[in-house]
Amino acid sequence: MNLSQITNLLKSSANELNIKKWDFGASFSNDFSVQVDKGIAKQLKASQKQILTLRVWNDQNLVGITTTSDISENGLKKALYQASLASEYGNKNEKTNFSPLAKDPVKKISFTDKKPSGIKKLLSVLREAENKLLNMHKSIKSIPYNGLSESFFQRVYANSEGASRNYEKSQAALYLYARAEEKDKKPRSSGSVKLGYGLDDIDIDKCIEEAAEKTISHLNYKNVLTGKYQICLSPESFLTLLNAFSSMFNARSILDGVSISNKNSIGETISNVSLNVYDDGLHEKNISAAPFDGEGTPTKKLTLIEEGKLKNFIHSESTARIFKTLPTGHAGLGSKVSVSPDWLVVERSEKTSSLNFDLNHETYMGNFIYVEELNAIHAGVKSSQGSFSLPFDGWIYKEGKKISIESATVAGDIRQLLKDIINIEDKKIVTTSGVSPHIWIKELSVTGDA
Amino acid sequence: MLSTEYLKKEINFEESNRVLLEEVISYGISLGADFVEIFLENTDNISVLVEEDFITNVSPSFGRGAGIRIFKDSRDGFVSTNDLSKEGLLKSVIQAVEMLDISEIKRNNSFDGLEELRDYSDIKNNWLNQLPIISEIGEKLLLSTKSLKKDDKVKVRKGSYARNWQQVLIASSDGTFAKDIRLHQTVGLNLIATDKQYRSSGSRRFGSSDNPQDLYNWDHEKAAHEVFESSMNMLYADYVEAGQKPVVLANKFGGVIFHEACGHLLETTQIERGTTPFADKLNKKIAHESVTAIDEGISEGSFGSLSVDDEGMEPEKSTLIQNGILKKFISDRAGELRTGHRRTGSGRRQNYSFAAASRMRNTYIAKGEYTKDELISSIDNGLYCKSMGGGSVGATGQFNFAVEEGYLIKNGKLTKPVKGATLIGEATEVMTKISMCGNDLALAPGFCGSISGSVNVTVGQPHIKVDSITIGGR
Repeated sequence: MNLSQITNLLKSSANELNIKKWDFGASFSNDFSVQVDKGIAKQLKASQKQILTLRVWNDQNLVGITTTSDISENGLKKALYQASLASEYGNKNEKTNFSPLAKDPVKKISFTDKKPSGIKKLLSVLREAENKLLNMHKSIKSIPYNGLSESFFQRVYANSEGASRNYEKSQAALYLYARAEEKDKKPRSSGSVKLGYGLDDIDIDKCIEEAAEKTISHLNYKNVLTGKYQICLSPESFLTLLNAFSSMFNARSILDGVSISNKNSIGETISNVSLNVYDDGLHEKNISAAPFDGEGTPTKKLTLIEEGKLKNFIHSESTARIFKTLPTGHAGLGSKVSVSPDWLVVERSEKTSSLNFDLNHETYMGNFIYVEELNAIHAGVKSSQGSFSLPFDGWIYKEGKKISIESATVAGDIRQLLKDIINIEDKKIVTTSGVSPHIWIKELSVTGDA
Repeated sequence: MLSTEYLKKEINFEESNRVLLEEVISYGISLGADFVEIFLENTDNISVLVEEDFITNVSPSFGRGAGIRIFKDSRDGFVSTNDLSKEGLLKSVIQAVEMLDISEIKRNNSFDGLEELRDYSDIKNNWLNQLPIISEIGEKLLLSTKSLKKDDKVKVRKGSYARNWQQVLIASSDGTFAKDIRLHQTVGLNLIATDKQYRSSGSRRFGSSDNPQDLYNWDHEKAAHEVFESSMNMLYADYVEAGQKPVVLANKFGGVIFHEACGHLLETTQIERGTTPFADKLNKKIAHESVTAIDEGISEGSFGSLSVDDEGMEPEKSTLIQNGILKKFISDRAGELRTGHRRTGSGRRQNYSFAAASRMRNTYIAKGEYTKDELISSIDNGLYCKSMGGGSVGATGQFNFAVEEGYLIKNGKLTKPVKGATLIGEATEVMTKISMCGNDLALAPGFCGSISGSVNVTVGQPHIKVDSITIGGR
């Protein structure tokens, strides 16, 4: 069924069940993926998936929800029935409504018109990439984690007041994680991920080069002594931290009491004044850009931190109503709607007097630790408390020479970290989760050897 | 009044599907496949959330789908679809065959039809009717969040319930034909306490399988007390000092370290990838002689138990490590084919959209002879990890785990609580440092995410002593 067929069926079935108000979001996708092991095809996968989330409002304006993969006539009727039953237990204290922006025009994005390459093509490209990476260095013995995938999907939103929108997209992803081994040394592993709208957009050589470079560069490692160090965070690791603590911008988390911010935090200075942070889901480099969110609200650029001050929260319809503002295009779809950032963009503000521009990870001759990649975020972050303790891959720099760190964790508090920024490098780097320059922190605790 | 007429038109997961399934399998074999497997799934789930003293979210979901896997030599192709019509299933078979690029058709491949249906669901058909209804679930959760309100410092109280009902039908070209119903229920409690600049959180999750009455029997008072005590103890805790120290890991969820740091490395998928240091260590010593470790799917009611795995095999009880000697790997069909390790009834998947893989079920270190006090009193300066958070293991066997609730051990006694601790180590090293096992084996439910999605598991152990481990802190 397509968008109008589903809408028409829901309209007539809702009438039969005396349901006057409803909305739904659905996605339909065709995915293809391959993995290889030393040239031999491992698992080849294809899937066609459909999933629909339906909300209905009852006479008391309480919301009920159901999610189903059964988008048949019978499935949709059952979903309406179950959502009706669930609406009896809708949240009386925080009512949900349609987004007031669900009919506003959405920004047209030109998504390139890609066609599936086919499993055989994906397989031959991945085989070649694996072979090239294996031949980059004699220590690279295997590529245990690898994959190449293409996904083609459609997302839709519609409601009983006539809002109706959809978009189609494609996305491709390549990941290569190499494992290197040398005699009398512990094995090392690192890798790279590249995204594109289709297979031909992916910079395969760059992915191979990065995976090899990262893995090989960590072969000669040393322990680092436990202590406090000046830190340079790679763009990836700074964005990882910001995303892990994004509850500080999240109105839903604030209302739930699980954020380090509160309702009155807008305007507070939360970082060095030299920091600006935006959420820009429609950024030209964001492969996953979507023109509207789960509630049909158009996606837009939003300032989160401006010159160190907290400027805006991200909202769904219900949190926006409570905060007396408008939804920001960051919502999911539910009876209790989740909110999350899209694509963070970090940059230097105009107020740079507190920064030390001598701190550049490529030229600085002093001592510092470079955090290349943070790991195990789900385990080591206490977002409601602001604290983190995370294993990382990185280097210790001494007088311009860098040595890979064998195994260590970095720990701190996000509030202190943001205030302890001592430089924001000039060059902005595009990553798979946003844009950021390298960020220098005055001091963080590192645990290595006791 | 809502009409329920259409609810009678449910999909059929019965013996009557035999002819259709045989036709689909035969078609795959005729196209040159060595082996064809069909996994049909029907689900009916619900989750309920209570915050403070109100129900804030009720989310039912249901669905159905099929996963079709085809083997040719040691390669496999997997296709998943929501289209359960004959046309949809045949289309998926064609797609899987095309992916494998099968050009040579071996005429000796044959399919002699499905065996008699093994129906493990016989006594389970009425479970959906025996489960608590939404109002009963809400009532129980409201009681539990009320029980968390023991102090003004408690600012956030949450209770959540999730029920997953799954009906499966498995058919494959070796004749396997099995049907089952699985039921998993979990309840979680979360609390955040604050006082001035101090902040702590506590959480616990409880779960069982195949017991529709479980929520009625859940002791919410006891659970709430446990969460409350934990968060209050940690509210004013100092950050732990980093260093290399002996630790005592508590029983129940303390077993997550064995699960992550060693268990995953004993799955045949890791041998296939070349990412386990234990691949060539069968019948060799890989752990301290005090360590015996089990993986099984048969303990009644345990979260990782199952009547039949997702490839149609009944689960075994596997002794993985016997007194420090590696005795067995956890294997599925692909693992047996590619590594030679016999299947153990461990082929598991989150749902129809994943191909089954070798996965743990109820995994635990067996009990030893010491009391918890004997373990603690053997340490002069160390850490007692009473409650563990999440963790991860890298591709080289390096692991790290957050300690949710920790206490310093000084001169053989527990002293002050400490926060912010992370345990860091290498699987191969830590296994040889487990020098004492307690006599208080206990299990805890959890979810394990890996190659075939998120599956229900049990982790467990008695209290254990690790002679030395790196503790990350500040």
